[in-house]
Amino acid sequence: MIDTGAIDALSPAEHRARYLELKQAALSNAAVFDSASAASAPKPPESAEGIALATIPGGWYWSGRLARGQTLRIVNTSGTPGVSAFFWNADDPSERYNAGDTVKVQWNARLCAGRLLLSDMGRVLLTIAADTSGRHDTLLGGSTRATAARGDSSPHPRNTRENFLLAAAKHGLSKRDIGPCITFFADARTTDAGGFAWHDDPEPVDRHIDLRAEMNVLAILSNCPHPLAPAPRATGAVTASVLRAPATAAGLADRYRTPEAARALENTAALFCS
Amino acid sequence: MQLTDAGASYDFTIPAREPWSRVVRKGQLLRIVDVFGQQAVDTLFYNSADPAERYDAQQTLLAQNAAYIGRGTRLMSNDGNVLATVVADTCGRHDTSAGACSCESNTVRFGGHTRYMHACRENFILELGRRGLDKRDIVGNINFFMNVPILPSGEVVVDDGISTPGSFVDIRAEMDVLCVISNCPQVNNPCNGFDPTPIRVIIWDPTGA
Repeated sequence: MIDTGAIDALSPAEHRARYLELKQAALSNAAVFDSASAASAPKPPESAEGIALATIPGGWYWSGRLARGQTLRIVNTSGTPGVSAFFWNADDPSERYNAGDTVKVQWNARLCAGRLLLSDMGRVLLTIAADTSGRHDTLLGGSTRATAARGDSSPHPRNTRENFLLAAAKHGLSKRDIGPCITFFADARTTDAGGFAWHDDPEPVDRHIDLRAEMNVLAILSNCPHPLAPAPRATGAVTASVLRAPATAAGLADRYRTPEAARALENTAALFCS
Repeated sequence: MQLTDAGASYDFTIPAREPWSRVVRKGQLLRIVDVFGQQAVDTLFYNSADPAERYDAQQTLLAQNAAYIGRGTRLMSNDGNVLATVVADTCGRHDTSAGACSCESNTVRFGGHTRYMHACRENFILELGRRGLDKRDIVGNINFFMNVPILPSGEVVVDDGISTPGSFVDIRAEMDVLCVISNCPQVNNPCNGFDPTPIRVIIWDPTGA
């Protein structure tokens, strides 16, 4: 461990050597995220262990609070191509989801089970506890009125941007509080040419993602397709529920797959003096 | 269009590690010069008449279907309007997905010993405070001259910058915009060549007006 007083005294060459060491470790660590496990259990467990919260119709939104330790389960009951989400620290909404830190700190934009959703304060909002989809995008975010108008001739096509404004307003928050978001069940990737491509392999029905709250979280969801999805209208409803069963010891340990995750979880625990 | 230093209405050198902000009027041209090369310039834009309307990185990438910023990029707002356009670019690679460094994220990326090092978020908070804005107003920013390839596999790495001494971008304001810059102080990754340096900002009035 380099002590705090010494860090500024490092030469550029020493800083570079430290960075290359971190980079090598992080890129090797990518192997601990095995997305192949996603396809093995497409059907979520029965809901006996969960508290059903909401069925979100296509085009609509939902918001709710999660206590630290609770798990939000989103089930894509209609196989719709994208459910957008944004998150705040429920105790202090000036702290919120930060897409840039989420991809930069983890050296990866392909989020899957074991990955973290980070706030702008070096803390973890939620960990991805389970994920049978493996297709999530936080580079392009959600639909807007303009993107939803492509292929939807209704006078006011529903879209994520406006859903977020509505959901945030109902918690005393405004567009100043909304930043780049994440869209689950949406397979958009960069291309070698520097663009983005939509992988239109239909999303199977009933894939789900479990998000464990690592702090008290205010969550909003928008059931509108990803802006690159060919059809701008949702294919149907999705559900949101909170799991009743506490996490297992193995589940809690599984969050610590990388040194970055361990440090972010340590920062988060400090918020609760635990 | 011949741009000469003598014809500029504003010309300022932002010292290494320091913040800066200024309103750029509609039609004015803002040039950001990476004087020494390999210097990340963390940049945000706001509609100066209503700063709740501000730069939106995701809508910007969507509007061009491009993962990076370059010549011709329309910089979009959260309300779907064009704030400004990149009309010239001698570097060729600028990031808008990796955000700004902060003391807090430094502890996660590089270890707890980096908490007490200056960071872009500190610059943004102080500079926005001078304009009546606060931490809530920080959104995903542009990192001019910062090279962050995002591979189809999802791999994200801050690589060595490709800008050379004198590389610049020209940005034409499409409305009156507040431009806020943090001349990035980060030394824990290659975004500043491990040696933060001064940058220059020059503004020209519209020609032929």
